[in-house]
Amino acid sequence: MKIALTSLFVDDQRAALAFYTEVLGFQKRHDIPLGEDSWLTVVSPESPHGPELLLEPARHPAVKPYRDALAEDGIPLAQFAVDNIEAEHARLTGLGVVFTQPPTDIGTAFVAVFDDTCGNLIQLIEMKPDADNTP
Amino acid sequence: MVDVFRALDDETRRLVLDELSVRDGQTLFELCSVLAMRHGLSLTRQAISQHLGVLESAGLLTTERRGRSKFHYFNPEPLAQITGRWPTRKRTEP
Repeated sequence: MKIALTSLFVDDQRAALAFYTEVLGFQKRHDIPLGEDSWLTVVSPESPHGPELLLEPARHPAVKPYRDALAEDGIPLAQFAVDNIEAEHARLTGLGVVFTQPPTDIGTAFVAVFDDTCGNLIQLIEMKPDADNTP
Repeated sequence: MVDVFRALDDETRRLVLDELSVRDGQTLFELCSVLAMRHGLSLTRQAISQHLGVLESAGLLTTERRGRSKFHYFNPEPLAQITGRWPTRKRTEP
């Protein structure tokens, strides 16, 4: 068994697609119309056949209280790995992305958290070269 | 002032203030991360939240909402009252 797809709730699928592709740099993989919404997924250009991220409409009434409570405590809903967190922080800040946590040394890695403008906090992580993260 | 001494009489709460004095304005999630990763504390988020509540009641910590998130700040004012009451003086030669 392996992870092929994971999902995030987004307020507006078209705005989310723009943010995840134009700002973060992901690529659209599937965009299949389903009534008002779409089966909308993106992938990393670094692994186009790797795990897909489903941008799921946030209309269900349980979503808002769930995400608001997590945002209040600063809890990210997804983690993306980067090679150079300082460079990504500078690049994204330049594009107007708001970070709730700047790049921070947590020992085995550097992490940072930003607001994806679609209702979620997202964590970036740069593992340190000497950190053995494999079980 | 009693609240301040009680709040400081706990290593986890002292570490929280240490971390905030290094970088002020952290979320609960960030404080949980640094306590676990840098200090090896295996506390639940709920427990850390309660510690933050004790620090806040003692006036050593303030919170501010910015956007949708809540940030925690170290307030040293109660400590200034302690040094104001018992000032530290340089030892002078008789």
